[in-house]
Amino acid sequence: MYIDPHVHMVSRSTDDYVHMARAGCVAITEPAFWAGYDRSSPQGFFDYFRQLTDSEPRRAAQYGIRHHTWLCINPKESEDPIFAREVIALIPEFLKKQNVLGIGEIGLNKNSRNEMEILEAHLQLASDHNLLVLVHTPHLEDKLKGTLLILDAIRRFPKLDPGRVLIDHVEEHTAKHVLDRGFWCGMTLYPDTKCTPQRAVDIIETYGSERIWMNSAGDWGHSDPIAVPKAQMEMRRRGHLESLVRQVTFTNPERFLSQSGRFSAEPLRPTAPDITR
Amino acid sequence: MTRAQVVDAYFMEHRARLLDVAAFLDRIDRAGHGVDDFRMSAYRSAMTVLVDGQPQRARRILELLSDPSTTPIASAHTKGATGAHDPSGKTH
Ligand SMILES: [Zn+2]
Repeated sequence: MYIDPHVHMVSRSTDDYVHMARAGCVAITEPAFWAGYDRSSPQGFFDYFRQLTDSEPRRAAQYGIRHHTWLCINPKESEDPIFAREVIALIPEFLKKQNVLGIGEIGLNKNSRNEMEILEAHLQLASDHNLLVLVHTPHLEDKLKGTLLILDAIRRFPKLDPGRVLIDHVEEHTAKHVLDRGFWCGMTLYPDTKCTPQRAVDIIETYGSERIWMNSAGDWGHSDPIAVPKAQMEMRRRGHLESLVRQVTFTNPERFLSQSGRFSAEPLRPTAPDITR
Repeated sequence: MTRAQVVDAYFMEHRARLLDVAAFLDRIDRAGHGVDDFRMSAYRSAMTVLVDGQPQRARRILELLSDPSTTPIASAHTKGATGAHDPSGKTH
C-alpha cells in the first residue's frame, strides 16, 4: 500500500491508474503545474482548476484511488506578474472544494525576480488562509540556488510554520538545507533528471526518515507513475524493515497531508464510470 | 548491508554504467576534434570527484554543476535548464 503525494494525473492515461491501483496506490495528491505550453488566458487556469477539483477526482475514484489537489500558477508561467496575479485571484473560490489541500506547486524555475514576486504572492495567500504549501524547486543547475532563495522567502512569512511546508524535488545537495530548517522534503523519482529509487533510498539512509516522502511526479514528460512501488522494492532489496518502507511511502505523507483536515487514504471502493458525462 | 553485500548487489549494474560513461566519451572523440562546451567542461571536472577518495561524491558533484550565484536574475529568457552552470550566463 502506498500514497503518491505528487503526480500529474491529468497528463496520464487510464492504464496508468490501473497500474498504480494494482501496485497498491490508495491516494494521490496532484499539484497544479505547467501543461507543457503557456496558457493564453487566466480562463485556461479556471478550466484547469475545475478539472483538478471535479473531473479528475471522479476519474481516480473509478480505480479506488482518492484524489486530492493543490492550486497555484506554476513558476514557469510566472514571468508575467500581471497575468499571474489574475490567476491567483481565481484561487480563493476553489479553496472551498473538498479535495483542495493547499497551495502548490509554487516555487521558482529560473530564479528570476518576477518568479520571486509571484512566489511571495502565493505565500501571502497561504499565510492569509492558513493553508499547507507544496513547493517545487528548480531543475538541475538552478536547484541549489533556487532552494536557498525559496527557504529565505518562506522565512519572511512568520505565520507559515515550516512543519506545514513541503519542499519537493530535493537531491543530495539540498535535502540537508531543507531538513535543518524544519521543513518537510520530497524526493522525486524521475528516470533521468532527478532521483533514481536507489539514490532516494541513499538519501533516507544519510539524512533519516523523519520528515521525508517520495513521489513519482508522473506527468507528460519522461516519467514513471509507478516509481514509488519501485523505490519500496529497492528498500526491501537492501533489507530495510517493512515499518520503514511504510513510514516513507504511507505514514509520512499521511501525517503531513492530514494537517489540511481534508486528506484521506481510507480504502475506497472503485466507483462505476459516470456514463452521463 | 555489509560492504561485500553492497558490491554483490550493485556491481554489475554500475559496471554497465561505467562503460556507458566511457562509451559516451569515445563517441564525442569519434565525432571529431573541437573544444568542450561548458557542460562537458563541468562533466570532466565532476569525474575527478569520483576518484578523489573523499565522501559525499553525489552531493559534491551536484554542487559542482550548480549555479553558484545567490541573487535572483533580472528575468528568465528560457524555461529549461542545461544540467550544468554556464559561466558565460548565455543560457539563462
Ligand atoms: Zn510536479
